[in-house]
Amino acid sequence: MLKFETKNKELHILLKEDIIHYDNTPDKTQLYALADKSTSVNINAAELKLWDSTLLVILYQIAKITQKNNIPLHFENMPENLQHLIELSIEVDRKPSLQTSRKSPFLEVVGIFALGLYQSLNRAVSFIGQTLQSWGRFFKGKAILRKADFLFSLEDCGYKAIGIMSLVSFMVGLILAFVGAIQLKTFGAQIYVASLVTIGMTRIMGAIMAGIIMSGRTGASYAATIGTMQVNEEIDALKTMGIPVIDFLVLPRMLSLIISMPILTVLADFMGMLGGAFVGVIMLDISPQEYWKFSVDALNLTNFLVGVFHGFVFGIIIALSGCYYGINCGRNADSVGLSTTKAVVSSIVLMIVATGIITMIFEVCGI
Amino acid sequence: MKEKQNKISVQDLTISYGDFVLMEHVNFDVKKGDVFIIMGGSGCGKSSMLRALTGLVPPSKGNIFINDINFTKASQFQKDEIMKKCGILYQSGALFSSMTLAENIALPLQQYTNYSTKLISELVSLKLALVGLSGFEDFYPSEISGGMKKRAGLARALALDPEIVYFDEPSAGLDPISSKLLDDLIIEINQSLGTTIVVVTHELSSIFAIGTNSIFLDAEQKGVGAYGDPKQLLKNPPNQKVLNFLTRGEKKNA
Repeated sequence: MLKFETKNKELHILLKEDIIHYDNTPDKTQLYALADKSTSVNINAAELKLWDSTLLVILYQIAKITQKNNIPLHFENMPENLQHLIELSIEVDRKPSLQTSRKSPFLEVVGIFALGLYQSLNRAVSFIGQTLQSWGRFFKGKAILRKADFLFSLEDCGYKAIGIMSLVSFMVGLILAFVGAIQLKTFGAQIYVASLVTIGMTRIMGAIMAGIIMSGRTGASYAATIGTMQVNEEIDALKTMGIPVIDFLVLPRMLSLIISMPILTVLADFMGMLGGAFVGVIMLDISPQEYWKFSVDALNLTNFLVGVFHGFVFGIIIALSGCYYGINCGRNADSVGLSTTKAVVSSIVLMIVATGIITMIFEVCGI
Repeated sequence: MKEKQNKISVQDLTISYGDFVLMEHVNFDVKKGDVFIIMGGSGCGKSSMLRALTGLVPPSKGNIFINDINFTKASQFQKDEIMKKCGILYQSGALFSSMTLAENIALPLQQYTNYSTKLISELVSLKLALVGLSGFEDFYPSEISGGMKKRAGLARALALDPEIVYFDEPSAGLDPISSKLLDDLIIEINQSLGTTIVVVTHELSSIFAIGTNSIFLDAEQKGVGAYGDPKQLLKNPPNQKVLNFLTRGEKKNA
């Protein structure tokens, strides 16, 4: 029980019996207001039996008020441990030395944003430049990379990705066929589902699906692995050993994605076409021979190569994005998560942008 | 007596992050064969100083000379040449997790020497034996304890027989016995190989056990608060802060 009264501007607080889980906000607010206006505060705990931090927080607030206003604070019959805790909390109550938050003027915010953007661009361009230099060293046979790292990376983004790639591409082909069939059926042209799926998958959808899957799977893994190396000071160790970080960490990963992505794109094309065939044969009652014939007729080397080329470009984008965010990761666990997210999001955005640019160029070139 | 040669000379060094100046006008010399301690409270810039000494943080002002070569203004090639003569033991060991201990230690040897695979393998075994990890060649960093990781990190730092070895908080996260063993190892390396050693630490027992010279970095002063043999600094502390630090605040008057 907590009782208080004011006599001649002196605040007397009586702590009685058990004061645990005490959360009477109006009482507390009134108590603090009285303490603020008083000339002295006396706290008597003669009859206090049980107490917990909810009492301590009240006494701490009162001690702070008295300290701030230079009001004498007297304790009577206070349990020794409780008084020690109050003194301890007042002693360490200091303001942070660093300014934690400040409202910035609008122009400052714009300036900081522009500066941040410039620095990010600068870092990205410098990273691409260093990667190109690294490739130069690679072609001259002077790059420092471990065969084991390359093989491990190739295995990881190669055959280990086959399962998920096959499943997702099969489903995409299936969906494409379903959606197409709904429209084509109205004209009695459902046989053209085969052409639609074949052209769609080989020209772009296979590559895009491979890109998105590998971005979420491998790009994220690159960012997280290299980011964790940054946290564990492994990248510092490489730098101080004079080993070029790009050669050692980026080249094997990029090389393996450049090799595996076109192959995975072809796999995605095939599995997508298989998904389409499943719908055509099972749902639309097209005979397998007929479906096969229309698929082969629609299969065009140019479309196929355009898709593979997209896969190659996406491989570069995923590797660059994953490794860039990994290397530029901060030095704590949060930063690793943030880098991974940024790597996936930016690689997907960059893949879409790249697709737009490649499509325009091919359109102009008549491909 | 002939004065010992300067291995590292820091002249008028300023380290800042953006507008925030961490330390300024820092001057000190590390003599050949010293076990030099960089000490100070948390946040005073000990690790940043180590990062500057190893070229990971470019100083905003001032110069660092290593073996009388201006490390701050050196080209990347020169820096690499200087760093070949330096080994670093990072706080976490910083072993490459995808490699075995043998591969970790072999990496600088493969990078900078033309030794045969057999000789590299023998050297790796020797370096691991020196730090008491004989037989752990094929273990991965995740398979050994924190203390062993530090020892393996030290073996890697010693791979190229460096003239200078930097230690970042070697005792951090170690039990007192492992910490003492690592201190003994540092003294052993210093005395047997004549290696100059720079240790960043705030562990008092280590400071007095191994340090032959030191600087005390003061966060408020943004610079060097004291410079000298830590045992002498304890006997004749130049100011209250140094006394507080070296006695854990138990003695009140400098």
